[in-house]
Amino acid sequence: MVDIKWDRIIVTGEPLITMAMITMILTVLGVVIALTYFKKWKWLWREWLTTVDHKRIGIMYIILGLVMFVRGGIDALMMRAQTAVPENTFLSAQHYAEVFTTHGTIMILFMAMPVLIGLMNIVMPLQIGARDVAFPHMNAISFWLTTAGALLFNISFIVGGSPDAGWTMYFPLAGKEFSPGVGNTYYFVAVQIAGFGTLMSAINFTVTIMKMRTKGMTLFRMPMFTWTTLISSLIMIIAFPVFTIALLAATLDRVYGAHFFTLSGGGLDMLWNNLFWIWAHPEVYIVILPAFGMISEVVATFSKKKLFGYHSMVWAIIVISVLSMIVWVHHFYTMGVGPVVNSIFSITTLLVAVPTGIKMFNWLFTMRKGRIQFTVPMMWALAFIPTFLIGGVTGVMLGMAAADFHYHNTMFLIAHFHYTLVGGVVYAVFAAFGYWWPKVFGFRLSEKIGKWHFWLFNIGFNVTFFPMFFAGLDGAVRRAYTYSPDASYAPLMFISFIGTLFIAAGVIAFVWNVIWSIKNREKLACGHDPWDARTLEWATASPVPEYNFAILPEVDQIDSYWYAKKRNENFALKKEDIKPIHLPNNSGQPFIMGIIMFFAGLFFVFELHIPAFIASGCFFFMMLLRSFTSYDEGRYVNPEEVAKKETSWREVS
Amino acid sequence: MALKDHTNKPLEYQTLQSQMNILGFWIFIGAEIVLFGTLFAIYGVLGNRYAGGPTPQDIFVIRDVVIQTLLLLTSSFTVGIVIWAMRNNNLKTLIFWQIITLLLGIGFLVMEINEFIHYVNAGATLQTSAFLSSMYALLGMHGAHVTLGIGWGTGLIFQLLKRGITRETATKTHIFSLYWHFLDVVWIFVFTFVYLGGLV
Repeated sequence: MVDIKWDRIIVTGEPLITMAMITMILTVLGVVIALTYFKKWKWLWREWLTTVDHKRIGIMYIILGLVMFVRGGIDALMMRAQTAVPENTFLSAQHYAEVFTTHGTIMILFMAMPVLIGLMNIVMPLQIGARDVAFPHMNAISFWLTTAGALLFNISFIVGGSPDAGWTMYFPLAGKEFSPGVGNTYYFVAVQIAGFGTLMSAINFTVTIMKMRTKGMTLFRMPMFTWTTLISSLIMIIAFPVFTIALLAATLDRVYGAHFFTLSGGGLDMLWNNLFWIWAHPEVYIVILPAFGMISEVVATFSKKKLFGYHSMVWAIIVISVLSMIVWVHHFYTMGVGPVVNSIFSITTLLVAVPTGIKMFNWLFTMRKGRIQFTVPMMWALAFIPTFLIGGVTGVMLGMAAADFHYHNTMFLIAHFHYTLVGGVVYAVFAAFGYWWPKVFGFRLSEKIGKWHFWLFNIGFNVTFFPMFFAGLDGAVRRAYTYSPDASYAPLMFISFIGTLFIAAGVIAFVWNVIWSIKNREKLACGHDPWDARTLEWATASPVPEYNFAILPEVDQIDSYWYAKKRNENFALKKEDIKPIHLPNNSGQPFIMGIIMFFAGLFFVFELHIPAFIASGCFFFMMLLRSFTSYDEGRYVNPEEVAKKETSWREVS
Repeated sequence: MALKDHTNKPLEYQTLQSQMNILGFWIFIGAEIVLFGTLFAIYGVLGNRYAGGPTPQDIFVIRDVVIQTLLLLTSSFTVGIVIWAMRNNNLKTLIFWQIITLLLGIGFLVMEINEFIHYVNAGATLQTSAFLSSMYALLGMHGAHVTLGIGWGTGLIFQLLKRGITRETATKTHIFSLYWHFLDVVWIFVFTFVYLGGLV
């Protein structure tokens, strides 16, 4: 079974890959030298690598997501450059296949998921008035497993070869018979490892929301973002184990010669499609629901109005979560399962438009007669609505089974899901970055550079993806590395390429905004509540102290903090009310577990069975070690220290 | 983490952290149900695709499977006694029955490994057919869970010996018993759908 070319383990011969490799090595060297020069190793270990603080873990998740965003973005630029003109030779067919595979996988699993879980980590405990998540130690393990998976996936293109069967990894193409190298094994193993982390996060968030809400915070007083975190987590708990098994079966097929999805031995390739989409359809709702939550927070805050139709918003996401489980066949109407099944799935798919429409109208009604402030986060939210609407409406078009035979696997589909995932998730995440940045760091991002970022990205996005609808209707198929000069859609492809340059400029503006704002943080410094916002995360200092709240807040209605401000309530604190605050101790175990899992994964990929089992054994030993060391009592923050920190935003007497 | 005490409740429910650990584990069991459900679904789809290889009638030895079932079901009963002893604050009885539980688990595992060896000798390997791939995946996943449970339960005994029955160890023992009962429930479905279903 093993046909690994050990003498050619490092991919050579592709100038682009060699360049990327050199850049990666230089970056790592640069970071190591910088850390050594500035004597920051200890600081890195003590403050970040061993942290169990939900805010810091959240920040690390977001950094991981942004790095992956750049990687996936470069993949996207390469694809558009290759297809800008017909019969281009910038990328070979094989390289193009690798690039669209890693683009899709990275953007969904290693960009969207970490960024969203990062934001959930930072914001959700604050919104419910809690001091941390339910299982801080497990939270760190989640993060390090996700990072291990991401790293493993990312080294594939230089060590052994990149996955190349599309992010959907359809069999039999993804199987050993047609893809003999290690590339596609990387996918199955790396995504599996990250998936463990995600499942643990989901359990963590669910328990946190069920058990750690502050006094008076009933379920129907929770902010929308917390609601979407809860529902997203529940979908993760239901959907991810299906994928765990699908990935395991695929790994058994590839590494141990089993016959789940193979053509020989009685395997069924379409079984993979079904299992994959039973996970992957809920997965796209896992990423869009938190985006809905962020938009809800931003729209309500900057309209200075209570979220319109709060209860219908909550029920809408619950209905969406149920529907997400019963629409998966719409990804392959062409499987040929017959008109009855296709009709049923067509109807369930079209039904999704109803609760989503309710949400759209609620956002619009929230703004109606509001005093709208056109801050950068609000601009992203305003752009989100029409963009996501286009994505949704074209989704309804694709959902109609009979019509879908025409659009299936064309650029029309690509345009559709980028309008939902970029126009939906990425826009919401940019809104959220601007919105919560001051909470996390104590200063705002520059509004001026933010507007550059907004306009460049927005124009670029629409110029890139709007032509794709028409290219798709004209017959441009997805995942084709080139096309004939006679193709009527050639000019559209070129326009699309121009658009990506604007997107790239927008992302550069965003990076510049972060760098510039950090440099000018004194000038941009703001209080604990710069937006005059509504929810509890703003009822504490910025940046948030490690204990979150000196005294756990109490609420008596939705947006309680906002109404307390309107009543001119005094948030002054009496020194004698501050009790010592219990916090968990830092731990190096999660980081070590991440490293072990990375190597276990690497050994599995290269079918080194004995090292792989030894590494897995080490992982189980770490779990046992954790069990024996879980009696750690944690530490207490002294009230004097709390009082000192609290003076930054309120009177302490 | 407010250490609110609920002293009127059983030991394992007295702190918020304990309650959260138990709730978290229940949710994890929910995820495990989906996990095994998927394996059963795969077995349901692939279970009759023999590809010219052995069929269930060719390889299953019902006598051994019945003994395995009895071992595992008995261990579910004994882990119940563990919790009963824990509630009575009787450490010795607790540890005695925990050891019995684990021994029964080991007995089950040894028989399952022998069963697999028997299958492989009969020419029924993971690589033979889709039926066998899905069968090994399902049984193997359950067996791996039992193995993990034995390691976990053993570690727990040392913690109990060192610390006695405290809020923390009681919570851990409770969670372990949930896990062990769950494996039993899964086995009942395995016995019904794989073995009995295969021999019908």
